Amino acid sequence: MSAGAPATLRVADVTKCFGAVTAVDAVSLDVRANEFLCLLGPSGCGKTTLLRMMAGFEAPDSGRVFIGDDDMTATPPHARPVNMMFQSYALFPHMSVEGNVAFGLKQEGLRGEALNARVKEALAVVELEGLGARKPHQLSGGQRQRVALARCLAKRPRVLLLDEPLAALDKHLRERTQRELTALRHRLGISFVVVTHDQDEAMAMADRVAVMDRGKILQIAPPRELYERPANRAVAAFFGDVNIWEGEVVAGNKVHCAALQIAFPVTDLLPVGSRVEAAVRPEQIAFTSIDALLTGVVSDVVYRGTASTYFVRHAGGAVIRVARQNSGPETFQRGDTVGLSWPTSAVRVLTS
Amino acid sequence: MTRRQGLIAILWLWSAALFVLPLIIVLKISVAETRLGVPPYTAFFDAAHHVTANTENYSRLFTDSLYVKAYLGSLKTAFIATLIALLMGYPMAYAIARAPAHRRDLWLLLVMLPFWTSFLVRIYAWIGLLRPSGIINTVLQALGIIDAPLHMLNTNGAVYLGIVYTYLPFMVLPLYARLEKLDASLLEAARDLGATPWRAFCAVTLPLSMPGIVAGCLLVFIPAVGEFVIPELLGGPNTLMIGRVLWNEFFTNRDWPVASAVTAVLLILLVAPIVWVQRLQARGDLAP
Repeated sequence: MSAGAPATLRVADVTKCFGAVTAVDAVSLDVRANEFLCLLGPSGCGKTTLLRMMAGFEAPDSGRVFIGDDDMTATPPHARPVNMMFQSYALFPHMSVEGNVAFGLKQEGLRGEALNARVKEALAVVELEGLGARKPHQLSGGQRQRVALARCLAKRPRVLLLDEPLAALDKHLRERTQRELTALRHRLGISFVVVTHDQDEAMAMADRVAVMDRGKILQIAPPRELYERPANRAVAAFFGDVNIWEGEVVAGNKVHCAALQIAFPVTDLLPVGSRVEAAVRPEQIAFTSIDALLTGVVSDVVYRGTASTYFVRHAGGAVIRVARQNSGPETFQRGDTVGLSWPTSAVRVLTS
Repeated sequence: MTRRQGLIAILWLWSAALFVLPLIIVLKISVAETRLGVPPYTAFFDAAHHVTANTENYSRLFTDSLYVKAYLGSLKTAFIATLIALLMGYPMAYAIARAPAHRRDLWLLLVMLPFWTSFLVRIYAWIGLLRPSGIINTVLQALGIIDAPLHMLNTNGAVYLGIVYTYLPFMVLPLYARLEKLDASLLEAARDLGATPWRAFCAVTLPLSMPGIVAGCLLVFIPAVGEFVIPELLGGPNTLMIGRVLWNEFFTNRDWPVASAVTAVLLILLVAPIVWVQRLQARGDLAP
């Protein structure tokens, strides 16, 4: 267990196979108290299987799942103090909104006034007072999502597990709900574990993001750290745009890239002769007419509103992505010859 | 006339020719009197163009305890058989709906397989199994489990067996259709919210499969009430069902008017539950 705050939920060396496919491969993970943790990765990376093992719907082949101090590896889902919000919301279609929210509380034996009070409280948290008598099919997508959330929150879980909670919402509603989820988590003081395939969503909401691929956690860190100091190529590529060049460390703490036909300085101290990959974010590269590290020809421009992405073809054949805010007056056209440079601190050396 | 209206017209013609018209004839005969001759009942109008219709046949149905007992016997038999079919069919349908997708078609095929053989042949096969010198008794005696043959054929138990055996697919198929559509994540949600597997079943699966239960029960109950062949071939002398009474009136007593009255009352008995179910559906109590 990590130092500092005790883990609310701990997954220790958990493996799960489906037939010949290893969905989750020896994963260990701590969810800290009152933390917002995102499991991020492409579809099929094992993030949902990991979440389902936390909820108790899948039994790990090996490894243990702890909730608080208790080993709950073999505990069935109905006896775990965690609740899961399903991607489809899984609202009971034959029950009213109130019936849905009350369902979990009734299982605890709550009846009468105490039950009503808890249902009201949960509906108030998601601002759905007054819709208690409606059936799920009479609600909008956003309202259904709130009912699903209220149904979980009513149980006062120690950890709330959310499987792609925003996937079914339109873009506008998604942003609003993102902010509401983060606000909710600060107010309620419970841990959130959110599965998502959307890196923007993960970066906007999470305290820490666990990047997963092929059943393994590649890196687990706060969003800024993942973006600025990715541990490897896959993580760097997963978070936004990045230029990655293979190269060799040469004297003077420089990396020589054959594709770019230049050597540029790096901050990391590396043994001379080792083969590395150098990553530079497109927005860190600037157009310049003096002291250019290299020159190239603009081969394509993609306009993205606030910024544009320029694809600059170098004489050696490499294409460099450059992102530039569209606030300045000067723009470059396809065919223009441009000089490029970047600060040494922008280069991130990746070792595989 | 549009294409749609044309299709609906076909439906109307179909039910008019094959249901409404025969029904009117049956009702007409049911208010006539029996006579010797062809046809074996009096005409609707006598020679003086007076209507001869009377309800005497109907009052006989309610005064002669034989008919009342036969109706009640049929309803009871059909009710119990439907209940057994439901209790057997539900787990079957549930298992098929939860089976891997590539297995489901095979299981469904096996459920429907008996239909490939004539119904009558299959009932005779049961006679071969159940009779005192039949396969079951022979095997049990050969194994030394019983000394004397068990009396299985021509009992009420054999009638229940025959009805459940014959109509079980009609219970399984609508139940399967409903259970197969059931979103598995609803059950998981119920488990997640603290429900044990059994409570999750009662609170989610059972109410959501109710339309399938109702459809299956009607499909078994309705033909079972009017069943004639099964009680005739598998039933005993004290198996009193209205289908047998009907047959006797027509063919043994040649009393077409009473037989028609029996039919008319049976029809009302069977239409009542259908109307009731349709009311429930219209109110939205059944379809969530």
